[in-house]
Amino acid sequence: MEFKPRIIAFLCKWCSYTGADLAGTSRMEYKPNVRIVKVMCSGRIESTFVLKAFTKGADGVLVCGCHPGDCHYQEGNYRCLRRYQLLQKYITQMGIETERLKLEWISASEGKQFAELINSFTETITELGPSKIKETLNVLT
Amino acid sequence: MEGSKPKLKLAVYWASACGGCCVSVLDVHEKLFDVIAAADFVFWPIALDIKYKDVEEMADNYIDVTLFNGAIRNSENEHMAKLLRKKSKILVAYGSCSHLGGIPGLCNFSTKEDIFRRVYEESESTINTEKTRPLPEYKVKEGLLEIPVFYNDVRSLSQTVEVDYFIPGCPPQTERLLEVFTAIVSGDELPQKGSVIGAGTRAQCDECIRKKTENKQIKKFYRPWEISDDGETCFMEQGVICMGPATREGCGYRCIKGNAPCRGCYGPTPGVTDPGTKMMSAIASIIDEKEPEEINRVIDDIVDPAGLFYRFSLPVSLIRRKLS
Repeated sequence: MEFKPRIIAFLCKWCSYTGADLAGTSRMEYKPNVRIVKVMCSGRIESTFVLKAFTKGADGVLVCGCHPGDCHYQEGNYRCLRRYQLLQKYITQMGIETERLKLEWISASEGKQFAELINSFTETITELGPSKIKETLNVLT
Repeated sequence: MEGSKPKLKLAVYWASACGGCCVSVLDVHEKLFDVIAAADFVFWPIALDIKYKDVEEMADNYIDVTLFNGAIRNSENEHMAKLLRKKSKILVAYGSCSHLGGIPGLCNFSTKEDIFRRVYEESESTINTEKTRPLPEYKVKEGLLEIPVFYNDVRSLSQTVEVDYFIPGCPPQTERLLEVFTAIVSGDELPQKGSVIGAGTRAQCDECIRKKTENKQIKKFYRPWEISDDGETCFMEQGVICMGPATREGCGYRCIKGNAPCRGCYGPTPGVTDPGTKMMSAIASIIDEKEPEEINRVIDDIVDPAGLFYRFSLPVSLIRRKLS
Protein backbone atom coordinates (compact mmCIF):
# COMPACT_ATOMS: atom_id res chain seq x y z
CA MET A 1 0.00 0.00 0.00
CA GLU A 2 1.17 3.48 -0.78
CA PHE A 3 2.59 5.28 2.25
CA LYS A 4 0.61 8.38 3.19
CA PRO A 5 2.53 10.25 5.86
CA ARG A 6 0.74 11.84 8.77
CA ILE A 7 2.08 15.27 9.55
CA ILE A 8 1.21 17.46 12.52
CA ALA A 9 1.84 21.19 12.13
CA PHE A 10 1.81 23.62 15.03
CA LEU A 11 1.17 27.13 13.74
CA CYS A 12 1.11 30.38 15.64
CA LYS A 13 -2.12 32.33 15.43
CA TRP A 14 -0.69 35.67 14.33
CA CYS A 15 1.56 34.88 11.38
CA SER A 16 1.76 31.25 10.34
CA TYR A 17 -1.88 30.27 10.76
CA THR A 18 -2.92 33.42 8.94
CA GLY A 19 -0.44 32.44 6.24
CA ALA A 20 -2.06 29.02 5.99
CA ASP A 21 -5.44 30.71 5.88
CA LEU A 22 -4.23 32.86 3.01
CA ALA A 23 -3.17 29.74 1.12
CA GLY A 24 -6.70 28.44 1.63
CA THR A 25 -8.60 31.59 0.70
CA SER A 26 -6.34 32.01 -2.35
CA ARG A 27 -7.32 28.46 -3.33
CA MET A 28 -3.75 27.26 -3.52
CA GLU A 29 -3.40 23.52 -3.67
CA TYR A 30 -1.10 21.64 -1.32
CA LYS A 31 -0.71 18.09 -0.10
CA PRO A 32 -3.51 16.89 2.22
CA ASN A 33 -1.27 15.06 4.72
CA VAL A 34 -0.99 17.86 7.23
CA ARG A 35 -3.14 18.34 10.33
CA ILE A 36 -2.86 21.84 11.72
CA VAL A 37 -2.95 22.76 15.39
CA LYS A 38 -3.31 26.49 16.05
CA VAL A 39 -1.49 27.90 19.08
CA MET A 40 -1.27 31.47 20.30
CA CYS A 41 2.48 31.73 19.78
CA SER A 42 5.28 29.45 18.61
CA GLY A 43 6.72 30.05 22.10
CA ARG A 44 3.74 28.12 23.42
CA ILE A 45 4.78 24.94 21.61
CA GLU A 46 6.22 22.84 24.37
CA SER A 47 8.65 20.07 23.52
CA THR A 48 6.05 17.74 25.03
CA PHE A 49 3.62 18.62 22.21
CA VAL A 50 6.16 17.58 19.61
CA LEU A 51 7.15 14.35 21.37
CA LYS A 52 3.53 13.43 22.00
CA ALA A 53 2.73 13.94 18.32
CA PHE A 54 5.56 11.54 17.47
CA THR A 55 4.51 8.92 20.03
CA LYS A 56 0.91 9.08 18.81
CA GLY A 57 2.05 8.19 15.32
CA ALA A 58 3.00 11.39 13.49
CA ASP A 59 5.57 10.69 10.78
CA GLY A 60 6.64 14.32 10.74
CA VAL A 61 6.14 17.40 12.91
CA LEU A 62 6.23 20.93 11.57
CA VAL A 63 6.54 24.01 13.75
CA CYS A 64 5.88 27.46 12.27
CA GLY A 65 6.07 30.91 13.80
CA CYS A 66 6.52 34.56 12.92
CA HIS A 67 9.79 35.62 11.31
CA PRO A 68 12.55 36.63 13.76
CA GLY A 69 11.81 40.10 15.06
CA ASP A 70 8.13 39.87 14.07
CA CYS A 71 6.74 37.92 17.04
CA HIS A 72 3.45 39.30 18.31
CA TYR A 73 4.81 38.74 21.81
CA GLN A 74 8.31 40.08 21.02
CA GLU A 75 10.38 37.02 22.00
CA GLY A 76 8.21 33.91 21.69
CA ASN A 77 9.65 32.74 18.40
CA TYR A 78 13.20 32.91 19.77
CA ARG A 79 12.20 30.68 22.64
CA CYS A 80 10.68 28.35 20.09
CA LEU A 81 13.90 28.38 18.06
CA ARG A 82 16.10 27.55 21.06
CA ARG A 83 13.73 24.83 22.21
CA TYR A 84 13.68 23.40 18.69
CA GLN A 85 17.45 23.28 18.41
CA LEU A 86 17.75 21.53 21.77
CA LEU A 87 14.97 19.14 20.83
CA GLN A 88 16.74 18.27 17.57
CA LYS A 89 19.78 17.20 19.56
CA TYR A 90 17.59 15.13 21.89
CA ILE A 91 15.61 13.32 19.17
CA THR A 92 18.86 12.46 17.39
CA GLN A 93 19.99 10.70 20.56
CA MET A 94 16.68 8.84 20.71
CA GLY A 95 17.04 7.56 17.16
CA ILE A 96 14.47 9.81 15.46
CA GLU A 97 15.67 11.30 12.17
CA THR A 98 16.17 15.08 12.49
CA GLU A 99 14.38 15.56 9.14
CA ARG A 100 11.13 14.50 10.78
CA LEU A 101 11.04 17.71 12.82
CA LYS A 102 11.14 21.03 10.98
CA LEU A 103 10.93 24.66 11.99
CA GLU A 104 10.05 27.35 9.46
CA TRP A 105 9.08 30.99 9.71
CA ILE A 106 5.86 31.81 7.81
CA SER A 107 4.44 35.33 7.83
CA ALA A 108 0.76 36.22 7.39
CA SER A 109 1.38 37.13 3.75
CA GLU A 110 3.28 33.96 2.85
CA GLY A 111 0.44 31.70 1.73
CA LYS A 112 2.43 30.55 -1.28
CA GLN A 113 5.48 29.75 0.83
CA PHE A 114 3.26 27.80 3.23
CA ALA A 115 1.81 25.67 0.42
CA GLU A 116 5.31 25.01 -0.94
CA LEU A 117 6.58 24.15 2.53
CA ILE A 118 3.82 21.59 3.06
CA ASN A 119 4.52 20.04 -0.32
CA SER A 120 8.27 19.80 0.20
CA PHE A 121 7.98 18.57 3.80
CA THR A 122 5.43 15.92 2.78
CA GLU A 123 7.85 14.81 0.07
CA THR A 124 10.75 14.59 2.55
CA ILE A 125 8.69 12.49 4.97
CA THR A 126 7.36 10.26 2.17
CA GLU A 127 10.96 9.53 1.16
CA LEU A 128 11.94 8.80 4.78
CA GLY A 129 9.07 6.34 5.15
CA PRO A 130 6.90 5.62 8.17
CA SER A 131 8.15 6.47 11.65
CA LYS A 132 9.35 3.45 13.65
CA ILE A 133 8.28 4.96 16.90
CA LYS A 134 4.90 3.27 17.29
CA GLU A 135 6.11 -0.24 16.64
CA THR A 136 9.07 0.24 18.99
CA LEU A 137 7.06 1.74 21.83
CA ASN A 138 3.89 -0.30 21.58
CA VAL A 139 5.42 -3.38 23.14
CA LEU A 140 7.49 -3.68 26.25
CA THR A 141 9.91 -6.50 25.59
CA MET B 1 0.85 -7.70 74.80
CA GLU B 2 -2.70 -8.86 74.78
CA GLY B 3 -5.30 -6.47 73.50
CA SER B 4 -2.76 -4.20 71.83
CA LYS B 5 -2.91 -3.39 68.14
CA PRO B 6 -1.51 -6.20 65.98
CA LYS B 7 1.90 -5.35 64.60
CA LEU B 8 2.21 -4.25 60.99
CA LYS B 9 3.84 -6.70 58.62
CA LEU B 10 6.47 -5.02 56.49
CA ALA B 11 8.45 -6.22 53.50
CA VAL B 12 11.30 -4.57 51.63
CA TYR B 13 12.45 -5.96 48.30
CA TRP B 14 15.12 -5.01 45.80
CA ALA B 15 14.72 -5.70 42.10
CA SER B 16 17.13 -4.09 39.63
CA ALA B 17 18.71 -1.78 42.19
CA CYS B 18 22.05 -0.86 43.70
CA GLY B 19 21.07 -1.61 47.30
CA GLY B 20 21.09 2.04 48.33
CA CYS B 21 17.35 2.07 48.94
CA CYS B 22 17.61 -0.83 51.39
CA VAL B 23 20.43 1.00 53.13
CA SER B 24 18.26 4.13 53.33
CA VAL B 25 15.77 2.03 55.30
CA LEU B 26 18.58 0.95 57.63
CA ASP B 27 19.46 4.63 58.00
CA VAL B 28 16.58 5.09 60.42
CA HIS B 29 19.33 4.36 62.96
CA GLU B 30 18.02 4.13 66.54
CA LYS B 31 14.50 4.89 65.24
CA LEU B 32 14.62 1.27 64.10
CA PHE B 33 13.55 0.34 67.65
CA ASP B 34 10.38 2.40 67.21
CA VAL B 35 9.78 0.75 63.86
CA ILE B 36 10.30 -2.74 65.30
CA ALA B 37 7.95 -1.91 68.19
CA ALA B 38 5.17 -1.24 65.71
CA ALA B 39 6.05 -3.59 62.88
CA ASP B 40 7.59 -6.92 61.98
CA PHE B 41 9.73 -7.35 58.91
CA VAL B 42 8.45 -10.46 57.18
CA PHE B 43 10.67 -10.28 54.09
CA TRP B 44 13.81 -8.22 53.51
CA PRO B 45 16.57 -9.95 51.54
CA ILE B 46 19.33 -7.51 52.54
CA ALA B 47 18.77 -8.16 56.24
CA LEU B 48 16.76 -11.34 56.78
CA ASP B 49 17.14 -14.91 55.56
CA ILE B 50 13.67 -15.45 54.13
CA LYS B 51 13.35 -17.27 50.83
CA TYR B 52 11.11 -16.55 47.84
CA LYS B 53 9.20 -19.76 48.56
CA ASP B 54 8.35 -18.46 52.05
CA VAL B 55 6.76 -15.45 50.39
CA GLU B 56 4.92 -17.71 47.96
CA GLU B 57 3.44 -19.57 50.89
CA MET B 58 2.06 -16.43 52.52
CA ALA B 59 -1.68 -15.84 52.19
CA ASP B 60 -2.76 -13.11 49.74
CA ASN B 61 -2.70 -9.62 51.32
CA TYR B 62 -0.68 -11.06 54.23
CA ILE B 63 1.88 -8.24 54.11
CA ASP B 64 0.59 -4.81 55.12
CA VAL B 65 3.17 -2.66 53.35
CA THR B 66 5.85 -3.60 50.84
CA LEU B 67 8.55 -1.12 49.94
CA PHE B 68 9.63 -2.23 46.47
CA ASN B 69 12.84 -0.71 45.22
CA GLY B 70 14.57 -1.27 41.92
CA ALA B 71 13.46 -1.32 38.30
CA ILE B 72 12.12 -4.29 36.33
CA ARG B 73 14.98 -5.55 34.20
CA ASN B 74 14.45 -9.32 34.01
CA SER B 75 11.87 -12.05 34.57
CA GLU B 76 12.89 -12.52 38.21
CA ASN B 77 12.15 -8.86 38.95
CA GLU B 78 8.81 -9.16 37.19
CA HIS B 79 7.91 -12.37 39.02
CA MET B 80 8.68 -10.79 42.41
CA ALA B 81 6.74 -7.63 41.53
CA LYS B 82 3.67 -9.69 40.68
CA LEU B 83 4.11 -11.94 43.70
CA LEU B 84 4.54 -9.07 46.15
CA ARG B 85 1.59 -7.26 44.61
CA LYS B 86 -0.58 -10.27 45.36
CA LYS B 87 0.75 -10.69 48.90
CA SER B 88 0.64 -7.02 49.93
CA LYS B 89 -2.19 -4.73 50.95
CA ILE B 90 -0.13 -1.67 50.07
CA LEU B 91 2.61 -1.79 47.45
CA VAL B 92 4.93 1.19 47.47
CA ALA B 93 7.34 1.99 44.64
CA TYR B 94 10.27 3.05 46.79
CA GLY B 95 13.06 5.08 45.20
CA SER B 96 13.76 6.39 41.72
CA CYS B 97 14.27 3.01 40.03
CA SER B 98 10.86 1.60 40.82
CA HIS B 99 9.22 5.04 40.59
CA LEU B 100 10.68 6.18 37.25
CA GLY B 101 13.05 3.50 36.03
CA GLY B 102 16.04 5.21 37.60
CA ILE B 103 19.68 4.69 36.68
CA PRO B 104 19.10 1.12 35.35
CA GLY B 105 16.55 2.77 33.05
CA LEU B 106 19.43 4.35 31.15
CA CYS B 107 19.89 0.89 29.64
CA ASN B 108 16.99 1.85 27.37
CA PHE B 109 19.58 3.72 25.31
CA SER B 110 20.80 0.26 24.31
CA THR B 111 19.12 -2.97 23.26
CA LYS B 112 19.54 -6.35 24.90
CA GLU B 113 21.70 -7.35 21.92
CA ASP B 114 23.96 -4.26 22.37
CA ILE B 115 24.45 -5.11 26.04
CA PHE B 116 25.10 -8.83 25.53
CA ARG B 117 27.52 -8.20 22.66
CA ARG B 118 29.47 -5.72 24.76
CA VAL B 119 29.52 -7.83 27.92
CA TYR B 120 30.04 -11.32 26.48
CA GLU B 121 32.14 -10.51 23.40
CA GLU B 122 33.65 -7.06 23.11
CA SER B 123 34.68 -5.95 26.58
CA GLU B 124 38.46 -5.64 26.83
CA SER B 125 38.86 -8.35 29.47
CA THR B 126 36.48 -10.89 27.92
CA ILE B 127 37.87 -14.03 26.33
CA ASN B 128 34.94 -15.86 24.81
CA THR B 129 36.08 -17.36 21.51
CA GLU B 130 32.96 -19.51 21.20
CA LYS B 131 30.78 -16.46 21.75
CA THR B 132 28.81 -18.22 24.45
CA ARG B 133 25.80 -16.32 25.68
CA PRO B 134 23.82 -17.09 28.85
CA LEU B 135 20.75 -19.22 28.20
CA PRO B 136 17.63 -18.88 30.37
CA GLU B 137 17.36 -22.67 30.43
CA TYR B 138 20.03 -25.34 30.17
CA LYS B 139 19.55 -29.06 30.40
CA VAL B 140 22.11 -31.07 32.37
CA LYS B 141 21.81 -34.69 33.33
CA GLU B 142 20.70 -33.73 36.85
CA GLY B 143 17.80 -31.71 35.46
CA LEU B 144 16.94 -28.27 34.07
CA LEU B 145 18.99 -25.26 35.14
CA GLU B 146 17.26 -21.90 34.95
CA ILE B 147 18.31 -18.27 35.23
CA PRO B 148 16.10 -15.19 34.81
CA VAL B 149 15.34 -13.97 31.28
CA PHE B 150 16.98 -10.62 30.51
CA TYR B 151 14.49 -8.19 28.96
CA ASN B 152 15.13 -5.73 26.17
CA ASP B 153 13.41 -2.84 27.99
CA VAL B 154 13.80 -1.64 31.56
CA ARG B 155 10.46 -0.76 33.14
CA SER B 156 9.30 1.05 36.22
CA LEU B 157 7.23 -0.84 38.80
CA SER B 158 3.96 0.81 37.75
CA GLN B 159 4.58 -0.29 34.15
CA THR B 160 4.49 -3.85 35.48
CA VAL B 161 1.92 -3.99 38.31
CA GLU B 162 -0.56 -1.66 39.98
CA VAL B 163 1.21 0.54 42.51
CA ASP B 164 -0.47 2.18 45.52
CA TYR B 165 2.08 4.86 46.37
CA PHE B 166 5.34 6.27 45.12
CA ILE B 167 8.15 7.44 47.37
CA PRO B 168 10.71 9.16 45.14
CA GLY B 169 14.43 9.66 45.61
CA CYS B 170 17.79 8.09 44.92
CA PRO B 171 17.61 7.03 47.64
CA PRO B 172 14.53 8.47 49.37
CA GLN B 173 15.36 10.60 52.38
CA THR B 174 15.02 8.42 55.46
CA GLU B 175 13.20 11.22 57.32
CA ARG B 176 10.47 11.15 54.66
CA LEU B 177 10.15 7.37 55.04
CA LEU B 178 9.75 7.74 58.79
CA GLU B 179 7.02 10.34 58.28
CA VAL B 180 5.16 7.98 55.97
CA PHE B 181 5.66 5.06 58.33
CA THR B 182 4.43 7.07 61.33
CA ALA B 183 1.35 8.11 59.36
CA ILE B 184 0.55 4.48 58.56
CA VAL B 185 1.09 3.31 62.15
CA SER B 186 -0.95 6.13 63.68
CA GLY B 187 -3.84 5.14 61.44
CA ASP B 188 -4.06 8.53 59.74
CA GLU B 189 -6.19 8.63 56.65
CA LEU B 190 -4.03 7.48 53.78
CA PRO B 191 -3.55 9.69 50.73
CA GLN B 192 -5.28 8.94 47.45
CA LYS B 193 -4.11 5.77 45.75
CA GLY B 194 -1.47 6.37 43.11
CA SER B 195 -0.08 9.51 44.71
CA VAL B 196 3.50 10.44 45.38
CA ILE B 197 4.13 10.51 49.12
CA GLY B 198 7.11 11.52 51.19
CA ALA B 199 7.75 14.54 48.97
CA GLY B 200 6.31 17.98 48.31
CA THR B 201 4.42 19.35 45.33
CA ARG B 202 6.55 22.35 44.42
CA ALA B 203 9.86 22.47 42.55
CA GLN B 204 13.26 22.28 44.24
CA CYS B 205 13.85 25.97 43.46
CA ASP B 206 10.95 26.96 45.74
CA GLU B 207 12.78 25.38 48.64
CA CYS B 208 16.38 26.14 47.73
CA ILE B 209 17.96 29.05 49.58
CA ARG B 210 20.64 29.89 47.03
CA LYS B 211 20.43 33.51 45.78
CA LYS B 212 18.23 33.79 42.72
CA THR B 213 17.32 36.70 40.49
CA GLU B 214 14.77 36.87 37.69
CA ASN B 215 17.51 37.63 35.27
CA LYS B 216 18.90 34.30 34.14
CA GLN B 217 20.84 34.75 30.92
CA ILE B 218 23.34 32.18 29.86
CA LYS B 219 25.90 32.42 27.08
CA LYS B 220 27.83 29.34 28.12
CA PHE B 221 27.11 26.24 30.15
CA TYR B 222 29.76 24.77 32.40
CA ARG B 223 30.26 21.32 33.81
CA PRO B 224 30.42 21.60 37.61
CA TRP B 225 34.21 21.19 37.71
CA GLU B 226 34.80 23.92 35.14
CA ILE B 227 33.87 26.79 37.42
CA SER B 228 34.59 27.82 40.94
CA ASP B 229 31.17 27.80 42.59
CA ASP B 230 30.70 30.75 44.96
CA GLY B 231 28.56 28.57 47.23
CA GLU B 232 25.60 30.93 47.35
CA THR B 233 24.40 31.93 43.85
CA CYS B 234 21.84 29.80 42.00
CA PHE B 235 23.69 27.16 39.94
CA MET B 236 21.71 28.00 36.81
CA GLU B 237 22.76 31.64 37.07
CA GLN B 238 26.38 30.49 37.21
CA GLY B 239 25.83 28.49 34.02
CA VAL B 240 25.80 25.07 35.68
CA ILE B 241 22.78 22.96 34.77
CA CYS B 242 20.80 22.16 37.88
CA MET B 243 17.66 20.02 37.54
CA GLY B 244 15.98 21.97 40.36
CA PRO B 245 13.43 23.84 38.19
CA ALA B 246 11.94 20.57 36.91
CA THR B 247 12.31 18.44 40.04
CA ARG B 248 9.93 17.82 42.91
CA GLU B 249 10.94 19.13 46.33
CA GLY B 250 11.17 16.86 49.35
CA CYS B 251 14.80 15.86 49.72
CA GLY B 252 15.73 19.09 51.48
CA TYR B 253 17.93 19.94 48.46
CA ARG B 254 20.77 18.04 50.01
CA CYS B 255 22.91 17.88 46.89
CA ILE B 256 22.73 21.66 46.51
CA LYS B 257 23.58 22.10 50.20
CA GLY B 258 26.60 19.96 49.44
CA ASN B 259 27.49 22.35 46.59
CA ALA B 260 26.48 19.95 43.82
CA PRO B 261 23.69 20.77 41.35
CA CYS B 262 20.43 18.81 41.56
CA ARG B 263 20.34 15.69 39.37
CA GLY B 264 16.57 15.28 39.44
CA CYS B 265 16.16 12.02 41.37
CA TYR B 266 12.87 13.12 42.96
CA GLY B 267 11.30 13.16 39.52
CA PRO B 268 8.97 15.68 37.92
CA THR B 269 6.55 17.96 39.74
CA PRO B 270 2.87 16.89 39.76
CA GLY B 271 0.97 16.84 36.48
CA VAL B 272 4.01 16.69 34.23
CA THR B 273 3.68 14.37 31.20
CA ASP B 274 7.34 14.14 30.32
CA PRO B 275 10.04 14.91 32.87
CA GLY B 276 12.83 15.97 30.52
CA THR B 277 10.93 18.34 28.27
CA LYS B 278 10.18 20.63 31.21
CA MET B 279 13.89 20.98 31.79
CA MET B 280 14.54 21.49 28.08
CA SER B 281 12.01 24.33 28.10
CA ALA B 282 13.68 25.88 31.13
CA ILE B 283 17.08 25.67 29.46
CA ALA B 284 15.78 27.12 26.19
CA SER B 285 14.34 30.08 28.08
CA ILE B 286 17.62 31.15 29.61
CA ILE B 287 19.97 30.85 26.63
CA ASP B 288 20.85 34.43 25.79
CA GLU B 289 21.35 34.06 22.02
CA LYS B 290 19.16 34.62 18.98
CA GLU B 291 21.20 33.37 16.03
CA PRO B 292 20.89 29.64 15.25
CA GLU B 293 24.69 29.15 15.11
CA GLU B 294 25.19 30.92 18.43
CA ILE B 295 22.36 28.93 20.04
CA ASN B 296 23.97 25.72 18.80
CA ARG B 297 27.31 26.80 20.24
CA VAL B 298 25.66 27.16 23.68
CA ILE B 299 23.71 23.90 23.30
CA ASP B 300 26.91 22.07 22.36
CA ASP B 301 28.07 22.65 25.94
CA ILE B 302 25.35 20.17 26.94
CA VAL B 303 27.17 17.01 26.00
CA ASP B 304 24.40 14.47 26.56
CA PRO B 305 20.96 16.13 26.79
CA ALA B 306 18.96 12.88 26.81
CA GLY B 307 21.11 11.35 29.55
CA LEU B 308 21.10 14.57 31.56
CA PHE B 309 17.41 15.46 31.39
CA TYR B 310 16.19 11.86 31.71
CA ARG B 311 18.86 10.57 34.06
CA PHE B 312 16.31 8.96 36.38
CA SER B 313 13.22 8.85 34.18
CA LEU B 314 13.95 7.46 30.73
CA PRO B 315 11.60 4.42 30.95
CA VAL B 316 8.61 6.56 31.97
CA SER B 317 9.26 9.36 29.48
CA LEU B 318 7.25 9.76 26.27
CA ILE B 319 9.95 8.23 24.09
CA ARG B 320 10.93 5.68 26.65
CA ARG B 321 13.72 3.99 24.74
CA LYS B 322 16.09 4.65 21.89
CA LEU B 323 14.49 3.57 18.64
CA SER B 324 16.33 0.83 16.83
